Amino acid sequence: MDLPHHGYRPSKQRGRGNATGGESMLFEDTSTAEMNTQGYYTPGYNMAAPPNDTQAGVNNLFADPMANAAVMYGSSLANQGKDMVNKEISRFMSVNKLKYFFAVDTRYVVKKLMILMFPYTHQDWEVRYHRDTPLTPRQDVNAPDLYIPTMAFITYILLAGMALGIQKRFSPEVLGLCASTALVWVIIEVLVMLLSLYLLTVHSDLSTFDLIAYSGYKYVGMIFTVLCGLLFGSDGYFVALAWSSCALMFFIVRSLRMKILTSLASDSMSTGSSAKPQVRMYITMATAVFQPIIIYWLTSHLVR
Amino acid sequence: MALTLYSLIQTAILCTNAIAVLHEERFLRKIGSGVDQGVTGFGDDPGIKAQVLNLIRSVRTVMRVPLIIVNTASIVLLLLFG
Repeated sequence: MDLPHHGYRPSKQRGRGNATGGESMLFEDTSTAEMNTQGYYTPGYNMAAPPNDTQAGVNNLFADPMANAAVMYGSSLANQGKDMVNKEISRFMSVNKLKYFFAVDTRYVVKKLMILMFPYTHQDWEVRYHRDTPLTPRQDVNAPDLYIPTMAFITYILLAGMALGIQKRFSPEVLGLCASTALVWVIIEVLVMLLSLYLLTVHSDLSTFDLIAYSGYKYVGMIFTVLCGLLFGSDGYFVALAWSSCALMFFIVRSLRMKILTSLASDSMSTGSSAKPQVRMYITMATAVFQPIIIYWLTSHLVR
Repeated sequence: MALTLYSLIQTAILCTNAIAVLHEERFLRKIGSGVDQGVTGFGDDPGIKAQVLNLIRSVRTVMRVPLIIVNTASIVLLLLFG
C-alpha cells in the first residue's frame, strides 16, 4: 500500500542530503516506522550523521571537500546499484508483496511466538482486512509473516551445528547438508500444498509466500524440541516433541481453516457437491499431520 | 538421508521429462478420457480428472523448449563431470 513509497523516497533524500544537510537527520530519524521499513541502509546513515554533527557541523564541509565528493559519489553509485537490483528482482517476484511479509515489529514477534507455542487461549483467528488488502503483520497478529520462519530456519541450522558439535559429530559439510535438507523439505511441502490446492480447485487467497510462511512456522517448534532434547535428554526431547506437535497442529488447523474452508463461499455454492468442505478439511488435516512427522524426521538425528 | 538441492532439481527434471514424453492418445484412452472430451461445465469446478489433464497439457506446452535446453545442459555436464 503506502509502505514501499514510504520506504523509498526518504532514503533517497537522505542519500543525497547526507553531506550537505546534516542537521535535518537529527529531526527525521526518530520515526520508528521509517526505521523498520527501510531495512539496512538507514542505520548506517543515522549512525554516521550524529558524530559528524557533534564534531564540526558546517565546518566539516569545508575541511574535506574530497571526502564529501567521495561520499556523494559513493551514495549515488549505491543508489544506482540498488535500482538496478530492484528492477531485476521485480521481474521474478513482486518486491512489494515480499515487503509486506517483513513489516514486523518486536511486539508482533513476541505475540506470535507465544501463539505458536501456546495457541489454545487465542480467541480471534481471523485475518483482518483494510479495504480489500490484508493488514500488515505489524497491525494484525494473525497475519502470516516471513521474518519468523527465516530467523527460525537460520537458528535451527546453528542449533543443529551446536548439537552435532556436542556429540562430536560435527563437520562443515554436515551443516550444509542439514540446511539443504530442511530447505528441500520446505520446498516439497509448499509444492505439494500448491498442487493439491490447484487440483482440488480450492479457490483460496493463499499465495505462495503465505504457504512458505505457514510451513516455516514449524521451525520454531523444532528449535524448542532440540533445545529441550539437549538440555533434558531423551525424555525431555519426547515431551517437547509432543507439546510442540500438538501446539503446531492446533495452530495450523485454526489458521488454515480460516483461509481454506471459508474462501469464496458465494462462488457456485449450489453446484458444489457435498464433498467440497470435506476435501478442504482433508487438506488442512493432512497439512497438520505432516508437521509432527517432519519435526521428528529432522530433529531425531540431532538428539540421540 | 541426504536430500540436497541437487537431488530435488534432478527429481524435477525427471518428472517434467516424464510428463513431456507422455503420448496423450494412447495413454489417456486407457484412462478413459480423450483429449477432445474436454471440460463440460464452464462455470463450475471442473473436477479432479479434468484438472489433472489441464495441468499435464499446460506443462507440456510450456516446458517443451526449456526442457530441451535443460536436458542438453545436464547431458553435457554429466559427460564432463561424471
